[in-house]
Amino acid sequence: MKNPWKFINPSLLSISIVASAINFAQAAEVVLVSGAVGKDIEVLKEVVKPWEKSTGNKLTVFPMPASTTDQFGQYRLWLAAGNADIDVYQTDVIWAPQLANNFVDLTPYTRDIVDQHFPSIIESQTTNGKLIALPIFTDAPALFYRKDLLKKYNKTVPNTWEELTETAKYIQTKEREAGNPDMWGFVWQGNAYEGLTCDALEWVKSFGGGQIVEADGTISINNPKAVEALKMAKSWIGDISPAGVLAYQEEDARGVWQTGNAVFMRNWPYAYALGNSEESAIKDKFGAAPLPSGTSPNKSAATLGGWNVAVSKYSKHKEASISLVKYLASEEVQKYRALHSSNLPTIISLYDDKDIKEQQPIIAQWKDVFLHAVPRPSAPTKIKYNEVSSKFFSAVHSTLAGSGSAEENLELLEYELETLKGNNW
Amino acid sequence: MFKKHILTTPEVSSLQRQKLRAAFWFLAPMLLVLFCVAAWPLLRSIYFSFTNTSLTNLYGGEWVGFKNYLTWKTFSSGRTIYSGTLADPAWWNAVWNTVRFAVVSVSLETIIGLMVALVLNAEFKGRGLVRAAILIPWAIPTIVSAKMWAWMFNDQFGIINDMLLSVGLIDHKIAWTANIDTAMLSVLIVDIWKTTPFMALLCLAGLQMIPRDMYESAKIDGVHPIKVFFQVTLPLVKPALMVAVIFRTLDALRMFDLVYVLTPNSKATKTMSIISRENLIEFDKFAYGSAQSTLLFAIIALFVALYIWLGKLDLSGEKS
Repeated sequence: MKNPWKFINPSLLSISIVASAINFAQAAEVVLVSGAVGKDIEVLKEVVKPWEKSTGNKLTVFPMPASTTDQFGQYRLWLAAGNADIDVYQTDVIWAPQLANNFVDLTPYTRDIVDQHFPSIIESQTTNGKLIALPIFTDAPALFYRKDLLKKYNKTVPNTWEELTETAKYIQTKEREAGNPDMWGFVWQGNAYEGLTCDALEWVKSFGGGQIVEADGTISINNPKAVEALKMAKSWIGDISPAGVLAYQEEDARGVWQTGNAVFMRNWPYAYALGNSEESAIKDKFGAAPLPSGTSPNKSAATLGGWNVAVSKYSKHKEASISLVKYLASEEVQKYRALHSSNLPTIISLYDDKDIKEQQPIIAQWKDVFLHAVPRPSAPTKIKYNEVSSKFFSAVHSTLAGSGSAEENLELLEYELETLKGNNW
Repeated sequence: MFKKHILTTPEVSSLQRQKLRAAFWFLAPMLLVLFCVAAWPLLRSIYFSFTNTSLTNLYGGEWVGFKNYLTWKTFSSGRTIYSGTLADPAWWNAVWNTVRFAVVSVSLETIIGLMVALVLNAEFKGRGLVRAAILIPWAIPTIVSAKMWAWMFNDQFGIINDMLLSVGLIDHKIAWTANIDTAMLSVLIVDIWKTTPFMALLCLAGLQMIPRDMYESAKIDGVHPIKVFFQVTLPLVKPALMVAVIFRTLDALRMFDLVYVLTPNSKATKTMSIISRENLIEFDKFAYGSAQSTLLFAIIALFVALYIWLGKLDLSGEKS
């Protein structure tokens, strides 16, 4: 902020000082960082316009790479350096315990609104009784399927992974024979990054193999069911999934899917709205269902994702930032996001909203998916979560890429996690 | 007589002293800058590597000695467990990756660079244009070219697979960056593509220093061109080549950006810089990561020392 009064006649100085002080208090420029996935940034810029108008503040959005791992590295560096340039951070659901010390405790400002949200999500953002971040949308992945192809080959939406493998293989073969050599059965996220932890956790959990580290801190990953789950995923590579899936993140998988070259895709609900956009090759040709279950029926698992906004402790515009954060988490904005980017609201009442039910039927359907949602072990492993996740996705990635068997890699992973844990997490 | 007089009078040595003092004051700002941006961070990270500092507690680290490097514990059963960077297989995997990458990339870049330089050194029409054009890969920022190549290497819609398929060199699409066997190859291809022009330029500078009459006399004597290359060109271009190789080796050993964009987290391509950043920032093991970057510094220093000693490299330029 420049000092506008410097150039004004001294007799007007005192008035100008007061004026500029008021001006300063009213119109802060708030800087928010957020990863750029799909149309997140566009929606954000659109959605804050009423807030900017009513408060006179201005929002600057600072886009970051789509990979959550990359974002986290950068944010941690900024926060460790006490960076005052960034006021508001859009944070992943798993980050709260690791970054807690750097964010403003939102509890006193949100007493009247926290009850609107899912209690489990508020809990995930609470560390040592402090509310670190306010949720703006939640996430649980879906199995996207091509309605037209299933109908063409007279198949149903698969309920188990086994059915999925069969159906995918069948349609892929038939479609290739029919002259589409680029058709694949199933695309997902297999790159060695946080996303693979989500995907693999779903396989393992749905096979009854636990959730890597249990809520009480025991390391459970080395078990026959987890081995079975990974072997299944390994069998997909090069068969129903392209070998390149081992380098795919969300947007790569969506690239193959949205150009019409995949029968199934595992992805987050944001891909629903994008798949139905005007330029999409599969507009109105697909549906979404809960992920398939493992060996026993009705045991589908979906990794809980979701994004939140937190105010930096080092911000110079805390008041404006807190008002922004509350606005972004409000019913009004969550509804807008639900309608425009099929983001799942964290406000319970929105699941019964008439407009949302009509325009984004996937969302009403998703209320049930939360019943199966499985959290990543970020709470029990605390500050070591990133390393746990990295060791897990590396072990899974090695298995999928054929370097070592599932048994060997999980055994090694268990040993590494034990060492990392030491006496306690 | 006059000269001798000047050289021996005390006034002149005082002038010399004055000159030296002036030189020092001219250099002082640069030395200060170098201390701030090079020496201080280096010493600081060496210090951190002997503490238990973490990113959440940057200023409260306590001295722990060599714990981050190597420590061991013997149980009553007699079993000894080693821990620390030097006992970390992930670290040694990264060292091996980096060294392998450095050796292969620098050798190929040197050979190809020299070949390109020989072509550019010849007289032909439009030489200036070609010289400028060949530098383009070097001028593109690494992040941009890495991203560009990542798309070209994409298994489904990448142009490389498309081209190889249409000429029939491969029969199925290859997942270049995802496959453990081809990940390092992809990184090498991009690096060689990017850095060969730099090598070529340094070699070209060396080639242009060679007097033309050497070649003329060789020609008059009827020496075979291949013999001319090995007997005349190579020995004369060697000093320039050695300097170019050492630059590139240092660069290759601290390799980070290309891998970070092209094949992040792939075990097959993780380099020392990548793994130390991972520990420093992502895993909140700041001291452990500092120990790794200190080791990286030591390894690079070792390589340079070895290289200078083996090549009897004359960096001061006094002999030539």
